[in-house]
Amino acid sequence: MIRSLPSGKTYRYGYLLYVSFFYLFLFSPLLITCVLAFNDSNFPGLPWEGFTLDWFFADEQYRTGVFHDDRNLSALWVSLQTAIAVSLLSLILGTMAAFLFEQERFPFKQPLFFLSLTPLVIPGVILGISILLASNTAGLYFEEHWGIDIEILRPSFWLVVLGQMSFISTFVMLVVSARLKKFDPALEEAALNLGATRPEVIRLITIPYLKPALIGAGSVAFLMSFENFNTTLFLIGSDTTLPVSLYLQVRDGSTPLINAIAFILIVSTSLLALINLLASQRHKDE
Amino acid sequence: MPYAGRLTLYFFLTPVLLWLFLLIVIPHIDLFVISMQVENDDGDMVWSLLNYQAFFEEKIYWMTFVRTALYAILTTLLTFIITFPVAFYITKVLSIKYSGFFTILLLVPFWVSELVRIYGWMILLRESGVFNHFLLQLGLIDVPIEMLYNDISMVMGLVYTSMLFMVVPLISSLEGLDDSLIEAAYDLGASKPVIFAKIVIPYILPGITSGSIVVFMLTLGNYLTPNLMGGKNSLWFTEQIYNEFIASFNWNQGAAFGFLLLVLSTFIIWLGLKLTRQNLSRALS
Repeated sequence: MIRSLPSGKTYRYGYLLYVSFFYLFLFSPLLITCVLAFNDSNFPGLPWEGFTLDWFFADEQYRTGVFHDDRNLSALWVSLQTAIAVSLLSLILGTMAAFLFEQERFPFKQPLFFLSLTPLVIPGVILGISILLASNTAGLYFEEHWGIDIEILRPSFWLVVLGQMSFISTFVMLVVSARLKKFDPALEEAALNLGATRPEVIRLITIPYLKPALIGAGSVAFLMSFENFNTTLFLIGSDTTLPVSLYLQVRDGSTPLINAIAFILIVSTSLLALINLLASQRHKDE
Repeated sequence: MPYAGRLTLYFFLTPVLLWLFLLIVIPHIDLFVISMQVENDDGDMVWSLLNYQAFFEEKIYWMTFVRTALYAILTTLLTFIITFPVAFYITKVLSIKYSGFFTILLLVPFWVSELVRIYGWMILLRESGVFNHFLLQLGLIDVPIEMLYNDISMVMGLVYTSMLFMVVPLISSLEGLDDSLIEAAYDLGASKPVIFAKIVIPYILPGITSGSIVVFMLTLGNYLTPNLMGGKNSLWFTEQIYNEFIASFNWNQGAAFGFLLLVLSTFIIWLGLKLTRQNLSRALS
């Protein structure tokens, strides 16, 4: 049953078998994708034709490696820029929201807090279309009434950033709030008594205390933005992000080039996850 | 905090209000307004319920809607059934020495983009895929079978994509369950099913609720998995919305579909919270 209780052989081995199958189920698609990135074949599948690095470095007529493929490289660049902008802005906004709801008192606090949670339970597609519609309505209004054309209100890089920010900020807020709840206000009060101003207290006492939460929330926000598809799809302008570009390629048939990109993504996100984990582990030990 | 001046309050309040009203409230009001309008013969927008009427009159629209809702509920149930034993194993059965490592291992695939994971399944399952290659080699089949593009592969893909959001809340609520409760029940002669039904499940119900809410919402709003792994006939409601926006360019119809999906997801989440007597802020944090 559990560690401390005796259990029959069938139960023990049956259970172990189930969990092993589960992990196999979990990792098989990722492993096969990585392995086939090195297969010397023009089609992402078996049989194994030998080892090659062509899908990373080749620059031939029928085989273009990732590092020579302008379409995917520029999509990758757009995605990185988006993710950096979104994670920085959401980190600032989410942290401000956490301070607001944890430390300030004002009328209608509860309904506003409830409202700030809703972006996480609204399907991403709906956030995407409603922001698209509203920005379009606003854009038309400005153009008709004041004759000004506002770039940001058309599907574009910054509209994608706004769309992703709208729900990633809630995530940051929850993570930062959780840590802020455990904060001892005596530390702030001591600093204030010793003559620090409120901004100084936040900068010198509270922010350093929140650092692990900020790093954790920031890296997850980065990944959430980098991988986002549903909301982005509707707000995208001419600059395609990597998930959307990959989707179009996968839908229309694929080459091991996709595997090579997937390999790079799997390795780099696993590394990022590992660094994030070690950082939080170290913090726990302190 | 009495010494915190009005200035700090406004400093924090202003950006939060801008965010919530400009990016959440106003866009959703606009979504509703646009869904209640149609273009008349002169090209002007007029108030009308035609978009909603079209939804109820065209069988394919509401059938897809119902199908999507039912499959999302099925996916949520299956996700719970598949991940619960694993969460229990990691927290209660496996030696404590390894449980940290296996928890992390569980999280790794979900750091990778959904598209990459779906792509992996496509390579495995399709007619020219890896599974068929092995089955042919072993002589179990003579002609390759198409295992992709049907409802089963679609549901499997949906379960696979959303497992993490179920397993993490399950693990954290199981960690809070004191082993001595299970030991006491065992000593008093309770059988395994009774222990699960009377002790484990009631204790982790909050975790089940929050996991189910997130899994349900993500499945309902998923586009990639049904689109890439489902068949020609397994249309998902988000695909209808996409078609109206991108292909037919009928934004009013698309807005009506979007609003209906929003109502559906809000209703089911509300129902889930009511039935388990929880509130949203507890379920999310």
